[in-house]
Amino acid sequence: MYSPFSILTKRIIKNSEKIFGLAGGGAGECYLCGSTTLNKAVFRNGPINGTMVFLDFEKPLESLYEQLEKIKQVGEEGDLDVTVMVEELEEKIRRKREEIYNNLTAWQRVQLSRHPERPYTLFYIEQMCDRFVELFGDRHYGDDKAIVGGLATFEGQTIVIMGHQKGTNTKTRQYRNFGMANPEGYRKALRLMKLAERFGFPVVTLIDTPGAYPGIEAEERGQAEAIARNLFEMAQLKVPIVCVVIGEGASGGAIGIGLGDKVYMLENTWYSVISPESCSSILWRSWDYKEKAAEALKLTARDMLSFGLIDGIIKEPLGGAHSDPEAMAEILKNHIVKTLGTLTPIPADELVMNRINKYSSMGVYDTVPEDEEVEEESA
Amino acid sequence: MGWFKRLKEGIQTATKYKKEAPDGLWYKCKRCSELSTSKEVKANFHKCPKCNYHIRIGSAEYFDLLFGEDYEELFGNLISKDVLEFSDLKPYKERLAQQHQKTGLLDAIRVAKGKIEEHSIVVCCMDFTFIGGSMGAVVGEKISKAIDHCLETHTPLLIISKSGGARMMEAAFSLMQMAKTSAKLTLMARAGIPYFSLMTDPTTGGVTASYAMLGDLNFAEPEALIGFAGPRVIKETIKRDLPEGFQTSEFLLEHGFLDFIVDRKDLRKRLADLLIMFSNAKAGS
Repeated sequence: MYSPFSILTKRIIKNSEKIFGLAGGGAGECYLCGSTTLNKAVFRNGPINGTMVFLDFEKPLESLYEQLEKIKQVGEEGDLDVTVMVEELEEKIRRKREEIYNNLTAWQRVQLSRHPERPYTLFYIEQMCDRFVELFGDRHYGDDKAIVGGLATFEGQTIVIMGHQKGTNTKTRQYRNFGMANPEGYRKALRLMKLAERFGFPVVTLIDTPGAYPGIEAEERGQAEAIARNLFEMAQLKVPIVCVVIGEGASGGAIGIGLGDKVYMLENTWYSVISPESCSSILWRSWDYKEKAAEALKLTARDMLSFGLIDGIIKEPLGGAHSDPEAMAEILKNHIVKTLGTLTPIPADELVMNRINKYSSMGVYDTVPEDEEVEEESA
Repeated sequence: MGWFKRLKEGIQTATKYKKEAPDGLWYKCKRCSELSTSKEVKANFHKCPKCNYHIRIGSAEYFDLLFGEDYEELFGNLISKDVLEFSDLKPYKERLAQQHQKTGLLDAIRVAKGKIEEHSIVVCCMDFTFIGGSMGAVVGEKISKAIDHCLETHTPLLIISKSGGARMMEAAFSLMQMAKTSAKLTLMARAGIPYFSLMTDPTTGGVTASYAMLGDLNFAEPEALIGFAGPRVIKETIKRDLPEGFQTSEFLLEHGFLDFIVDRKDLRKRLADLLIMFSNAKAGS
């Protein structure tokens, strides 16, 4: 069978699997053409070692799941009919989950956005696109593994899709630099966007980063310039840009690929100028106030929408994106399809002007009467 | 064994008997620790007369250096608003009020229009004394308004950056100022009006990663700290010492991110040269 995926991509993914032990089943090689088909499970993080990961606020769920396991075991061993008990318990779990998830604090959403089983960019690309050719390199220095991207067929149209990529185990997390990009990552992203512009393809970016990498080499190669340049170019890119925060949206590292016609956030993600931990350490002079900082920063999707800084919230399945990644990808896909549908008919010049005007209006301030001023007059 | 023995340890003068030298008469250099009179320092373009250290100065001093008395301040009535009702160890509102009182400034940037050798220029200058020169909604809006003014009057723009980065107390609003200022600058480029970016000590974070790095020409004062991440953050991340001269103007010039470094005493002349050369640009072509 002809593999719709790029040979190069798959080989590299396959190699990186070998080297870095990517989670999941891996790729199957075609004997005719030598190309490889991606096993859907490759980028599916899934339960680690078969056990589910529970966050601290999910502890009540953990004990219920333990009970469920025990009862199931009893059912398997003996003749006892446990169906009713299992059903009851599953219902109880469902209700408990609803209760927990309907009352999440800002910090709990931050925790969810970093859940180790949360789906990442390549998983979404894999789920949402019929074809994907990953493109590497910034044409200046190198290839950054913390930002991935390429050409894709998305609902019958060609798009350029990219995003931050995190790893799923210790080795791949290091390989992906924990989703913290270096300048070449931002420059690769820009190169792909310019490619999209040249051929009239819409751009989709998926944001999930704890920040741009703060390192010596990153500074030497102009981390700030790379991010600034992206903002400048994305503001005037002549094709539609849709951005979605799928996990962490930390500061310049996030907005470096996050300026678009429409910006959305998944329900359990955060987007702000600094992480709650760093904010706590700077403003409270201690790492212990991260929950407080998370509240103060008003970094949840709901807050961001209420400020008019994003265009919408994309609902996650109950229990968070990681509880049902396939369903999450489906929801995300439908949302992007709809959004692109509204953006594609808009003429390029109008699109760009709307985009610039949208960002120009962001920011709330007051004016003082001119006689009260410390310095003199205003225009 | 000495001949004399100290009977009482430490300095015994009570605080109230201490003789204070009146503030502002003397300047002790932060780098070479040499004393100079404030008059000498001012005559030397606010640099240490002994070691040429560029002392951190504010918008008032820069406007004075560039225009003398002859300039008009624009958009001076914009003031920060506490949209988030942010409170850390101190409520943001209180912090703002204190800063207004302490600095006599309304926010971390001021805009002025004046002439340098007959050539009009709009200068946005940041003030580090106001919450670390942090960029909030007012900084973004003033730059945005300044750009509109430049577009209307076809005037070149200079932004003098001096900032620790984005203002945390305005959280995502301050983050969006990066996008806002960058987006507005595309209009300058489209209109063919030159935008100069001068980075001074320090220029870091979201300011560097937006308008400071987007000049048609980017230049800096000598030995300024310029970077994306602060040196302490980098040190904590990589867990080793940073090389000598890391993230200085000279370091950036060496790595290709600055057009040139300019001594403060030459700034006015350099700008005049640039304005003359750009004055016959084929606008908007």
